[in-house]
Amino acid sequence: MAKITLDNLAHSYLPVPKGEADWALKELNHVWGDGEAYALLGASGCGKSTLLNIISGLLRPSRGRILFNDIDVTDQPTAARNIAQVFQFPVVYDTMTVRENLAFPLRNRGAEAGYIATRVQAIADMIGMEAELDRKARGLTADAKQKISLGRGMVREDVNALLFDEPLTVIDPHMKWELRTQLKALHHEFGHTMIYVTHDQTEALTFADKVVVMHDGRVVQVGTPQALFERPEHTFVGYFIGSPGMNLLDAEVAGKVARVGGFEVPLGAEYAPPGGRVQIGVRPEFVNLGAEGLPVTVTRVEDVGRHRIARLDFEGTALNALLPEGAPLPAGDVRARFAPEAINVYSDDWRVAPGSRSEEAA
Amino acid sequence: MTLTLEGISKVVGGEVHIHPTDLSLAPGTMNVLLGPTLAGKTSLMRLMAGLDAPATGRILWQGQDVTGMRVQDRAVAMVYQQFINYPSMSVYDNIASPLRLQGKAADEIDRGVRETAEMLKLTPMLDRKPLELSGGQQQRCALARALVKGAGLVLLDEPLANLDYKLREELRLEIPRIFEESGAIFVYATTEPEEALLLGGNTATLWEGRITQFGPTAEVYRQPADATTARVFSDPPMNFLNVTKTGDRIGFGDAQEVPALGALARLGDGEYVVGFRPNHLEIERYGEEVMGFDTRLSVTEITGSETFVHLDHHGERWVGLIHGVRDLEIGAELRVWLDPAHVYVFGTDGALVAPASYAQAA
Amino acid sequence: MEKTVNQKAWFLVLPVLLLVAFSAVIPLMTVVNYSVQDTFGNNQFFWAGLDWFRQMLEDERMWNALRRQVIFSGVILAIEVPLGVLIALNMPKRGVMVSVCLVLMSLPLLIPWNVVGTIWQIFGRVDIGLLGHTLAALGVDYNYTQDALDAWVTLIVMDVWHWTSLVALLAYAGLKSIPDAYYQAARIDQASRWAVFRYIELPKMTGVLTIAILLRFMDSFKIYTEPFVVTGGGPGNATTLLSIDLVKMALGQFDLGPAAAFSIMYFLVILLVSWVFYTVMTNLDQQGGK
Repeated sequence: MAKITLDNLAHSYLPVPKGEADWALKELNHVWGDGEAYALLGASGCGKSTLLNIISGLLRPSRGRILFNDIDVTDQPTAARNIAQVFQFPVVYDTMTVRENLAFPLRNRGAEAGYIATRVQAIADMIGMEAELDRKARGLTADAKQKISLGRGMVREDVNALLFDEPLTVIDPHMKWELRTQLKALHHEFGHTMIYVTHDQTEALTFADKVVVMHDGRVVQVGTPQALFERPEHTFVGYFIGSPGMNLLDAEVAGKVARVGGFEVPLGAEYAPPGGRVQIGVRPEFVNLGAEGLPVTVTRVEDVGRHRIARLDFEGTALNALLPEGAPLPAGDVRARFAPEAINVYSDDWRVAPGSRSEEAA
Repeated sequence: MTLTLEGISKVVGGEVHIHPTDLSLAPGTMNVLLGPTLAGKTSLMRLMAGLDAPATGRILWQGQDVTGMRVQDRAVAMVYQQFINYPSMSVYDNIASPLRLQGKAADEIDRGVRETAEMLKLTPMLDRKPLELSGGQQQRCALARALVKGAGLVLLDEPLANLDYKLREELRLEIPRIFEESGAIFVYATTEPEEALLLGGNTATLWEGRITQFGPTAEVYRQPADATTARVFSDPPMNFLNVTKTGDRIGFGDAQEVPALGALARLGDGEYVVGFRPNHLEIERYGEEVMGFDTRLSVTEITGSETFVHLDHHGERWVGLIHGVRDLEIGAELRVWLDPAHVYVFGTDGALVAPASYAQAA
Repeated sequence: MEKTVNQKAWFLVLPVLLLVAFSAVIPLMTVVNYSVQDTFGNNQFFWAGLDWFRQMLEDERMWNALRRQVIFSGVILAIEVPLGVLIALNMPKRGVMVSVCLVLMSLPLLIPWNVVGTIWQIFGRVDIGLLGHTLAALGVDYNYTQDALDAWVTLIVMDVWHWTSLVALLAYAGLKSIPDAYYQAARIDQASRWAVFRYIELPKMTGVLTIAILLRFMDSFKIYTEPFVVTGGGPGNATTLLSIDLVKMALGQFDLGPAAAFSIMYFLVILLVSWVFYTVMTNLDQQGGK
């Protein structure tokens, strides 16, 4: 297991990158802790797969270095890096039995037979496939094959990191649950450094200790699921995390008040008037419908089972509010009130930290 | 325009893919086919479209028997999981192609294409080729081709499965609107319960080639007719518990028991299976009339605003969805609470004995 | 899968059925007819029953031809299949060189059989042929018209030159269908080059290789034009393969009855071997799934 350091890392698929846009991965400086589970989350084309391929050694970065436990591995080939990877589509050796599949990485490294046998048994136990050990891998279901891929990754005790490239894409929703939980339990038990690439926020948030949100070749925020939810550092994080995403409204902010289209919205903290385009963001979970707040029209209510989503319109801006299961929609004029402590302020898409304005307070 | 299936079944090589099915889809309705992979969603759609002939039964369209009629002669359109467009044609020509095949006049084609493109937000891309578009736009183009011919029956087979999470969310919001504008019967196959809920309309739950229940989506969700329907229509999966009722006690597992409260009190003595959804499980006692269970916490997953707790209840795996971010110790004993109003009672054969009382009130 | 009831489809198939009837079924029936009768010309036929078949089965000459044929097919399969796979493995996977390779490889396949024969017939001649002359100049005693072994080598080299590309192209198509992830996973597992071939590439190629072997077997088993042009079956009977023997019998000696019986047995042998081979291969495939 290893600590992974990204040092001035950047990558372009062009031989001579010119502008900003030519960089698939813009400069990164991060240290990822040993034994932690990270998720790289972003839309397709955001650079998350590029970053994963650089870590696994399939791609050499155009600039910068990558270190495992402070050892420079930038020029090491994949095989030398001692990592394991689970791909989007299950990769198993069809003609081998499940047992042979699991033993393969050990056999190739010349481990002794007794050790291989005990290790394979332990892994089969872990992924719940003892019963199928002597079956040919061909003809197994997609989720069983994906479990084998995972098992092959974990069979070596000394791997530096386990990498996952959208591993649940081809798995049924019900099985996704099982595999994800199993992965989480394995991480808890064995403490591998894990890096999980996905576009699915549920997978990223539930799997990772820390989520790395990527947008347009840049890491916009690294944080715990809770931090991403409560304090999105960038409007993209607000939009991308959460379903539906964060509501954004153009506003003028001064002190503890935001002015939105002629209405006052109380904020949870004091802000110095920010420059640029100022917006306030609040998650649908913190929008209450009642007799106070911004006047809105309800355009549609969707029942999602455990809650309902009210689609609102405020002076041409679409907003969402979540209503608990069974809670009635207020009759008559509907107003939306935002929980002040849940409001974040953004200037040109980046979050503004609240700052007490001492001269005014005085 | 009503589509009626009368005793439709499908048998392939002696294997029953669809058991005899009766189903009537009313004009201008959104109908969701919900079930796991291989439940028979695609088979049923192919029968509806006329791509396959049923082994038994009749298909009626507006009261007229169309069982043996060719697909080409029916007013049917279909959209698949893969983005299927003509790659060498522009988006405009792609959308125009069904109208050209119908031999429409040039001005009529032009109007049809522009109206449909406007509805699907494709107007700026009309001159581009499908492969130059993003995945979401490609699927919009396929949808436009399906809608432009004004087919009375539009079949969508997991149309969003290959899209990124956020794009899926976006299109999911639009599909009900598009459907309302088209006035056709929509049939939408999906594996995801949440998608069915967001789409609204009616839902038919499928399990192993059988429709287990058909009705308004929220009603099927809250008042499942049997355990299978409840299982299919729950993500995360519904928790089940085998119980024996004797007098005013509910016994389960190795000599454990809870008092029989609410609807449970009115049951006759005997064996039952009770089911409840993860979001109804609480870790804090929230009332007097609640039942407590001792479990062990195996994994927690934090989504930012909520916490999934995976519990081991004497060998059974339960999932709970708890509000807020909780820092709980894995492996620790955890007492969880359940309001009997949220409990569905099924017979040992899976048939519903008593619905959850909260759902009847809603 | 059952389709919509639609009788019109039959009309679309009808032309093909008619064509096959005229091109295959009716001629075949004629052969069957000849094989059980004797004729002295003038369209006079006498019932001969299975006599011709019996006679052919006892005929040393046919067994010799069959032996030569089996050796020939066996040898060219043993060379062409591994060689084709080896070439496919070493072909570039992407870039301009892919098309260059594909075009070069296709060239021999585009040349008509008799032209291939003529090319090698001249190429190997000691007096004017580049190959024969060079070998003679190097002091190698090579003459395919005199020496049986030389004739065999010439025929086999010619067939390998002509048809290895087909095997290579099919194998290449099989290789191209393997997703990159498999190679990446193998690198991570530290699989050797041989293991990659044995566990990834070969399993993914079995389907196309089955087809390649079937095609090459059937084609080589009924090879006629090239050996006829190059050696004419000689020297002596050294390269008289089944089809050459058959033509000699039918057209050279006008023994239509025995020749017809011969062709039917010939046809049945090809059918039988192909069927056995196909069944074995697909069974192996299914057993893998168990």
